[in-house]
Amino acid sequence: MSLPAFWGYKRENGRVGCRNHVVILPLDDLSNAACEAVASHIQGTMALPHPYGRLQFGEDLQLHFDTLIGTGQNPNVAACVVIGIEPVWTKRIVDGIAETGKPVAGFSIEGNGDLKTVEMASRKAKEFVQWASEQRRTECTFADLWWSTKCGESDTTSGLASNPAVGNVIDKLVKQETTVYFGETSEITGAEEICTSRAATPEIGKQFYEAWSAYNEFIKSTGADLMGSQPTKGNIAGGLTTIEEKALGNLQKIGKTTRYVGVLKPAQPARGKGLWFMDSSSAAAEMITLVGAAGSIVHIFTTGQGNIIGNPIVPTIKTSANPKTVATMSEHIDVDISGVLRKEMTLDQAGDALIAMMIRTLNGRMTAAEALGHKEFVLTKLYRSA
Amino acid sequence: MIGFIVHAKKDQVGVAVKDISAGENIEGWCMEDDSALSVISNKEIPLGHKVAITSIGKGEPVIKYGMPIGNATSDIRIGDHVHTHNLKTARW
Repeated sequence: MSLPAFWGYKRENGRVGCRNHVVILPLDDLSNAACEAVASHIQGTMALPHPYGRLQFGEDLQLHFDTLIGTGQNPNVAACVVIGIEPVWTKRIVDGIAETGKPVAGFSIEGNGDLKTVEMASRKAKEFVQWASEQRRTECTFADLWWSTKCGESDTTSGLASNPAVGNVIDKLVKQETTVYFGETSEITGAEEICTSRAATPEIGKQFYEAWSAYNEFIKSTGADLMGSQPTKGNIAGGLTTIEEKALGNLQKIGKTTRYVGVLKPAQPARGKGLWFMDSSSAAAEMITLVGAAGSIVHIFTTGQGNIIGNPIVPTIKTSANPKTVATMSEHIDVDISGVLRKEMTLDQAGDALIAMMIRTLNGRMTAAEALGHKEFVLTKLYRSA
Repeated sequence: MIGFIVHAKKDQVGVAVKDISAGENIEGWCMEDDSALSVISNKEIPLGHKVAITSIGKGEPVIKYGMPIGNATSDIRIGDHVHTHNLKTARW
């Protein structure tokens, strides 16, 4: 039995959120302007503009739907207004979000024009935001918590301290029955054998290895040299030389004793508690958007050189052990664990500091990225549109 | 004050946790067994960059986290700065 851990919003389907957003969600690029107009009229609502949704097909189109529906379903979203250029795909998003039982409504622009659509959608958004403003937090347990982790602009301090500190958190919070995502497929190159061995069963390890191999083969098939992209220029400036070195540092995040219990497609929700691998990009905004669509409600992001990422619906807690970064970019850092490098703080203490900040964030404390207005919502695109 | 940290006992490189100047005698800490070691730097090594704690021959794997992180592209001496000029991925 998990003890009361934080105060969250219990949603209609029993899932728990730590934010109470009313989202104005565009189906497609064409509907961004109407969504932004609604969000500017109705206080307390938020538009999530993005560049896609037209002429996509197959697996890429499915991922587009899964990401938008999953974002609307996320328990940090109290209610959602969807706007699309035409009614059929708009309804598909609305119906997907409605499965949670939360308030959702869809509007389409063809036959109405932007102005009439904005008026109708604004009236509904006003109703939703007033309803949402009366939702109250209740006591929740760690078993209600779905969270995620990723590193960005990593350097060697990430592998030394911030990533193993997150690993410490995973080892502690998986025992408390939380659900956790990690991913970053290409960034496990060099540590893929270790990652395969950290699966709960050989079959799950094999599924990971197949997902990793498929992307590695894709990279090789392009004939491109990833040096400068993976590791990034920032990684190299921070002292990371090769992808193997970056991967071994990255994998410190998954802890020492925890074994991942499954392998998920991009944006696919976990099917039970514990640690899950999601096949995902290593680009920060794409990865957090995907785990947000899969239901993560809070994210721990480690950085070395100072990645400033935030997500509109998933509060992103930032930690760094690089003494220069925590000094020069202090406004972006929620938890300074640079003491680990001076032997002033143990990894166990750093893990506890992250858990303490996670609970404060779940209870409502705005992260640095939220206060600074970072809302990087980036859909993963698998291939060119028709 | 610690100047560099080594992840594992088998490692051939440590990570500078402060900016190190050339010719400095720097104290290191191995996290795996909490042991102390020291090395004299041959060049400046910025915070976060690697210093060689063993000599490594050209073409040989370089070990960090107890694992290969790529191959040396030239002979590396104890105290050398190890980075893109003398270490390359074995992957891409």
